[in-house]
Amino acid sequence: MRAPLAAARASAVLLLAACAGEYPQTTFAPVTDFGVLINEVFATTLWWTMGILVVVLSMILVAVIRFRETPDSPEPKQVHGNVKIEIAWTIVPAIIVVMILVPTVSAIFETQRRPSEDALTIEVIGHQWWWEFRYPEYDLVTANLAYMPTGREIHLQMHSADVIHSFWVPRLGGKRDVNPRPRQAEGEAQHSTHLLFTISEPGRYAGQCAEFCGDSHAIMRIEVEAVAPDAFEAWVADMKAPPREPLPLEGDTAAAPAPAPGALPAPTGTGQRVSAGRPDSLIFEGRRVFSSSTCVACHTIEGVSSGPLGPNLTLFGRRLTVGAGALPNTLENVEAWIRDPVAVKPGAQMPGAERPWGAFPATGLSDAEIRAVAAYLTSLK
Amino acid sequence: MATLEAHAPHAAQPRGTRSIIWDYMTTVDHKKIGILYFLTSLFFLVVGGLEAILIRIQLMRPGNEFVSAEVYNQLFTMHGTTMVFLMGMPIAVAFFNYIVPLQIGARDVAFPRLNALSYWIFLFGGIFINASFLIGAAPNGGWFGYANLTSEQFSPGLNIDFWVLGLQALGAASIMGGVNFVTTIINLRAPGMRLMRMPLFTWMAFITSFLIITALPVFAVALFLVTFDRFWGTVFFQVSAGGDPVLWQHLFWMFGHPEVYILILPAFGIISEVIPTFSRKPLFGYAVMVYSAALIALIGWGAWAHHMFATGLGPIADAFFTVSTMIIAIPTGVKIFNWIATMWGGKIRFTTAMLFAVGAVALFTVGGVSGVMHATSPHDLQQTDTYFVVAHFHYVLIGGTVMGVFAGIFYWFPKVTGRFMNETLGKWFFWLYFVGMNLTFFPMHFAGLLGMPRRIFTYAPELNLATINFVTSLGAFLQVPAVLLLVYNLWISVRRGAPAGTNPWNAATLEWATASPPAEHNFNTTPVVHSREPLWVEPAQVEEAARGPMEHIHLPPPSYWPILTAAGVVATMALFMTNLWWAPLIGLAWTMIGAINWAFEPTH
Amino acid sequence: MENTAAMPAPHGHGEPAHAAHPPTATGLSTWKLGFWIFMGSETLFFGTLISTYMVYKHESVTGPFPTDLLDIPLTSVSTFVLLMSSLAMVIALDGFQRNDRRMGLGGLMGVIILGAGFLGFQAYEFTHFYHEGLTLQTNLFGSSFFVLTGFHGAHVTIGVIWLLILWIESFRGRFAVTNEHALKVEIAGLYWHFVDIVWIAIFTLIYLIE
Repeated sequence: MRAPLAAARASAVLLLAACAGEYPQTTFAPVTDFGVLINEVFATTLWWTMGILVVVLSMILVAVIRFRETPDSPEPKQVHGNVKIEIAWTIVPAIIVVMILVPTVSAIFETQRRPSEDALTIEVIGHQWWWEFRYPEYDLVTANLAYMPTGREIHLQMHSADVIHSFWVPRLGGKRDVNPRPRQAEGEAQHSTHLLFTISEPGRYAGQCAEFCGDSHAIMRIEVEAVAPDAFEAWVADMKAPPREPLPLEGDTAAAPAPAPGALPAPTGTGQRVSAGRPDSLIFEGRRVFSSSTCVACHTIEGVSSGPLGPNLTLFGRRLTVGAGALPNTLENVEAWIRDPVAVKPGAQMPGAERPWGAFPATGLSDAEIRAVAAYLTSLK
Repeated sequence: MATLEAHAPHAAQPRGTRSIIWDYMTTVDHKKIGILYFLTSLFFLVVGGLEAILIRIQLMRPGNEFVSAEVYNQLFTMHGTTMVFLMGMPIAVAFFNYIVPLQIGARDVAFPRLNALSYWIFLFGGIFINASFLIGAAPNGGWFGYANLTSEQFSPGLNIDFWVLGLQALGAASIMGGVNFVTTIINLRAPGMRLMRMPLFTWMAFITSFLIITALPVFAVALFLVTFDRFWGTVFFQVSAGGDPVLWQHLFWMFGHPEVYILILPAFGIISEVIPTFSRKPLFGYAVMVYSAALIALIGWGAWAHHMFATGLGPIADAFFTVSTMIIAIPTGVKIFNWIATMWGGKIRFTTAMLFAVGAVALFTVGGVSGVMHATSPHDLQQTDTYFVVAHFHYVLIGGTVMGVFAGIFYWFPKVTGRFMNETLGKWFFWLYFVGMNLTFFPMHFAGLLGMPRRIFTYAPELNLATINFVTSLGAFLQVPAVLLLVYNLWISVRRGAPAGTNPWNAATLEWATASPPAEHNFNTTPVVHSREPLWVEPAQVEEAARGPMEHIHLPPPSYWPILTAAGVVATMALFMTNLWWAPLIGLAWTMIGAINWAFEPTH
Repeated sequence: MENTAAMPAPHGHGEPAHAAHPPTATGLSTWKLGFWIFMGSETLFFGTLISTYMVYKHESVTGPFPTDLLDIPLTSVSTFVLLMSSLAMVIALDGFQRNDRRMGLGGLMGVIILGAGFLGFQAYEFTHFYHEGLTLQTNLFGSSFFVLTGFHGAHVTIGVIWLLILWIESFRGRFAVTNEHALKVEIAGLYWHFVDIVWIAIFTLIYLIE
């Protein structure tokens, strides 16, 4: 039972490598130089260790069968040991260890080399329980969904705003912890951790936090959208373009509503494109409610608000999930999220419904207002 | 009962329940204490197992809502904490307690009352930490309690307080036990029993005890640092004051890595007794087995940061720990080969004990192989913090430690009770458990490398990990009837098991010379040994010493100060949680009164 | 001077039963051996505390900093006091081993007084630092310094109490000041010297080395 088990295991591994599409977070289908290199290290180790396992399990099997007690088996020879054999089965494993160590240590230094001059540095900041991405080169901030260009070295420079998290997008390679930064004396460098890779294939890659970080550690998803360099530039432009008023549908006579008292000043410029399929008046209303509610205390939408505390919601509609993996990004789910975030995601630090022991007062938004805001947010593409 | 008359082993005389309870509460006899440790560890095995079953029910389906995230986080934390500290370590100590003095020809351990103290602190500490469930505030920071999640800021409730205070008490008890066993093994060996004539189980107890003495103090300091941060506002892990949470990881794993050797070496010792006995041959390469264990323990001190490959220590540190970790594989592999060589050319009898011992060698090898994979740090960045690691350590801990312990139970039960366990039930237990265990943990290798991180209360359906998780859960459920079979077997065998003589397995080591169960004083006269296998080489002389005419024997009298002092220690922890400055002083005073009375208590 | 080596240990208080009859495998007293092992664990304990201090030595973000507060001349005096207490301990043990009541009791009292003196210096230092604005919570220096020296001071305090009990019992003759009971004094001495050595390490690494 044991040796066939090992063989089955080895072939299953190879089989799975082919099924990347079925397993969005598989480690067997890397799309980066980093991921490919570490898998090579794994393959080396795998073959050697599987070999050892097969040998050991076979020997056990042979021993228990061949030397089992039978009525006529003789009294065994009382052997105490054999120095030569001991030396042999110390040296052989030692050699195997060296065979594994050489490519391994080489890979350690290769994967942790200094980033090249023209690497794209993305600052990753872990929060309980969402991800902030900053692009210093483009003076751009987003959350949970990070666009990355293919063919260019990406340097993730990471730290946490609260507890230890871990950034893991398996198809991009290994993970790295995201640690809080001990405060330093004046002039001292701040600590960060790093990942370095170049993506070869465009696609949407999923990941999640991999270091237990509290209540909703399980709901702290990462989406990476790898695109060709020109598509990446287009995204940058979309992110930075300030929003315009959503265009009214033909036949809709309602004018753009006047800003409510105390609301942010009306934005100028070309603004964000509005997706089809939602009544513009609802989206208008949503933007109005968003701008005049507590939302803006925490959330930034480029050109609309600049809240520093929560995830940036610019181009929110492009994300696959709301709440960093809490629910798929649909109108109904976003409504549910806004209505009561803590019910959807334990410990979420966002006001919503009335909670007797809650950290925040209720937002006091009506269902219609919530629906409108959800329509607005999901329209941001 | 200061002195004993010579008498043959007798059938247990009926005694009132109250007198039995008082007997056990005040006992300083290593055998009774061993039984107490065993029964309590078994209880916590069931508790930890229950926590695992609840975890597996929750993870059976993606998006399941069997338990909330908050409850789940308590469950996985307590599962790990219970299995490591309330089951894994104490059950080894149960065997150390019962078997080591018998194996070295001693009447008891070096410090019998200290021995009792260790047990009672374990029991009360275990109750204390689990009492947190009653107020819904069980520890929830993981069994490894990473700072700064465990700080007052990010864990404001009582959960982590229970964890740091409970483990502090348990750690102290472990250190006392370590001191006790090292002293016992060095100083109380029978004449002629040189170190290199000691049974291998005693050797493993010896090395494990050294690991306990050196590793647990590091953990004690780490726990103090978190405790003081939480209770007194120190800034050890306060990021805004320059504190570094990564320091916790270093301290914890400096303890944590030797800890895993503390967990496995006793099982290695048991396997090294069982396999020779049921192969009818001596252990192959005794000296190599001793040296390799010592080497594993020593190098094990230099491998801790292989738990931190994802932390970002830099390539030089990563390379160093990669190398040191892989080096440990060599002496470990040597041990496996020596066990196989012991069986080779033997006459193997498949008792339940032997099945478990051989099964443990096989499954530990599987776990060891995934361990070597972890050691290759670049790919460990994919493996770490995923179910691949969960698979690895359950293979070594259940495959190795727990199954080794099961072997020990079936092996030594006849000595402890004078009766055999039921072999038919035993074999059912073995196969059910073996299949269940593999069904549970083998798929986890795949779950991990297909993208499932650890410590998550649920997972997204689109990850397509539902089937793997479902199969894993089924395997876990299969372990339940298996363990129930063990408990049932123990229960009926104590009462109605077939009588066993002094040496039913025809084994070689000294404990098999005594009566089954041994008299309270173990050996009528201290035997003199001239070999590693006294009962194979010089049986007449040794048995004469063990069961022949009695010399004048003086045994330490029972005492109630250990249990009272232990209550004081745990009470101090509990009173600390009141946050009243004077409350722990009551506990300390109580402890001191117990200790001082103990010190001045007459011992005969 | 080892006097319990070859003799079977007497039926004293708290002696492990086994030692009363067959000699120990090493010839050493089981109590003494056990105590040495325990000190091994204490070495790891203090070693970890000292390492924590060293790791954080230059990491405090706000003051007061070590250079502001650590008073080497004063601490040299208290270190000397503690060293002298170890000398008194040696004298006390010698007295017990020679059945010299004056030397034994006098020595013990010397340890107690000098040990208490050391604690006095520590109390002064702690309160002085407190008035200069250093508490457990102030910064990494405050946390690691007070925890390390606090644990050490607690060990010294336990030692002083232990010795006081020994002294009182010796004085009242509950066990006589004789060679037979020198083992108890010897073990207390081991503890005391250990605590002193830990202080030497602390003084060197925390105070003297910049």
